[in-house]
Amino acid sequence: MRHPGVLQLRDLQINLIHVLDEIPIGVCLMSKERRIIFINRALEALTGFSSSECEGLPCSYVLRFNNCFDNCPVDKAQELEGCVLEGDIINQANEKIPVRATFAPLKDGAGEISAYVETLDDLRQACNFDPARINPFSFGRIIGRSPQMEKIFQSLPVLSQLDAPVLITGQIGTGKDLVAEALHHASSRARNPFITFRCGGLPEVLVESELFGVEKGAFPGSGYKPGKFRLAQNGTLYIAEIGDLAPSLQTKLLNALDAKTIYPLGSTKSFQADVRVIAATSRHLSQMAQDGSFRNDLYFRLNAVSLHLPPLKERGEDLRLLMDHFLHARASLLNKTVSGFSDACLKTLQQYGYPGNILELRHIVEYAVGLSRTERIELCDLPAYLTEDLTDLDAVPPVLDLPQPSVALSAEERLDWSAVERKMILDALVKVNGRRSRAAQLLGWGRSTLWRKMKHYGIVSTKVPRK
Amino acid sequence: MRNVLLVLDGKNIAPRFDLALELLIVSLGNDGKPVERRDVLLARPSAEALCRTVASENVQTVICGGIEKEYLQYLGWKNVEVIHSIIGSSEVAVSRYRKGALKSGDLLSERRKA
Repeated sequence: MRHPGVLQLRDLQINLIHVLDEIPIGVCLMSKERRIIFINRALEALTGFSSSECEGLPCSYVLRFNNCFDNCPVDKAQELEGCVLEGDIINQANEKIPVRATFAPLKDGAGEISAYVETLDDLRQACNFDPARINPFSFGRIIGRSPQMEKIFQSLPVLSQLDAPVLITGQIGTGKDLVAEALHHASSRARNPFITFRCGGLPEVLVESELFGVEKGAFPGSGYKPGKFRLAQNGTLYIAEIGDLAPSLQTKLLNALDAKTIYPLGSTKSFQADVRVIAATSRHLSQMAQDGSFRNDLYFRLNAVSLHLPPLKERGEDLRLLMDHFLHARASLLNKTVSGFSDACLKTLQQYGYPGNILELRHIVEYAVGLSRTERIELCDLPAYLTEDLTDLDAVPPVLDLPQPSVALSAEERLDWSAVERKMILDALVKVNGRRSRAAQLLGWGRSTLWRKMKHYGIVSTKVPRK
Repeated sequence: MRNVLLVLDGKNIAPRFDLALELLIVSLGNDGKPVERRDVLLARPSAEALCRTVASENVQTVICGGIEKEYLQYLGWKNVEVIHSIIGSSEVAVSRYRKGALKSGDLLSERRKA
């Protein structure tokens, strides 16, 4: 006999959509033809598609689950009355996310399959964040041994437990995204969504609609869009390149942070957002706040808890650590036996300036591992831009058509900045035996800047034939 | 001449770059009209192999569905334009691309009532 409470519950008019939206794992309802009927809020957050956007589309085009293509779980679910598979999806933000998927057919009174239900559980936390890995030399997927990184690793567990907004600053490619992700995974919000939004390069209206959502019919032809704040409910919203946020939206964001109330575009009704905001930028926000291009109050609100990531060239021994890390990771992924770098290759990699920081280093090493046919990465496996100037200039010492730089400058020349700059260039070139890329490094300029200035001052190198 | 590589699943753009086996390379002349079309079949799905094909075939634009950030960045570094998260027919994608009206995230197929 059923409990009377259950019978009462059965007679209730329940809003199924609302119930599914409150479930913290992704749920998808699909038709017999495997087309999407509905996805809940957790799955919207995981895939980046809104339920209205993907309604009627084939499930494999929306979920992009790897098993869809050679081992369709729906076929299995038909045979086995349900199945569980682990795999990965690629979401709209181009992230590959490990998931556990459960499939079950929904049958009508006659026992015929009328629809399917699928749940997707995000396994990122289980795969990537092992609390046992918290030690002074790593945090989440970030590694480093330098004193600067050690200091950061020690502060991250503390910052993750605060629920206040965090501002992460640092040059492009220093790992701001990884730090934001690690902060989320170490926080009490880890079981809830981690949503990323990048402000850069988007028109103001689009940023507003993406961030705060759109009410259906807000403007002609517009549909409902939940917005990143709603998708990140109970979790973390990571706003990258916040320095690119338009002034009017800075005000709206400040209101959202202070009052925790969000007004979607075209709506007079607000909703309460329980979201932790982590912002990041490669710009000098303090300078922008001083010159008025970024709101002072928003800057102070975000900067209360801040973290600066050093550029790779300041991380000393981490360069070698990261080189080896990327090499082994890539080699194992490609089933290659590459195990190290040749001396010449190591020297080139250690002398390079890495304007793109860790991201650039990673691409260089991955490219080299891909090309390498031996157990060690050789100079020829590196991208051409790292080696072409060095090898050219090693083989062909330049002959400068200008007076020797050791000649002292005259009094007039000393007053002339052009003459000083010209002498600096010549001195640098002599110091590095005519290697232009090394000279540019020494002068702290890009190679193109050096070449432009050499052209401007008429400093020409003439190639001499190889012996 | 501009080479455009489409990652296919039958007649549609494949949902995932890393799991696709079929490619279509369309060479567009200076007037934007297709000069040559070639179908390429990969021995096994591999994002690395696809990136190598992009380089060896001198491709300037890739049109695909979901693509992992890593490969998106790699192709970006190689100055290859990537129009991703496309859902729908490859023919419509080519036609829209030729008109300069194709952008990442475009939905080109008709929805059917689920």
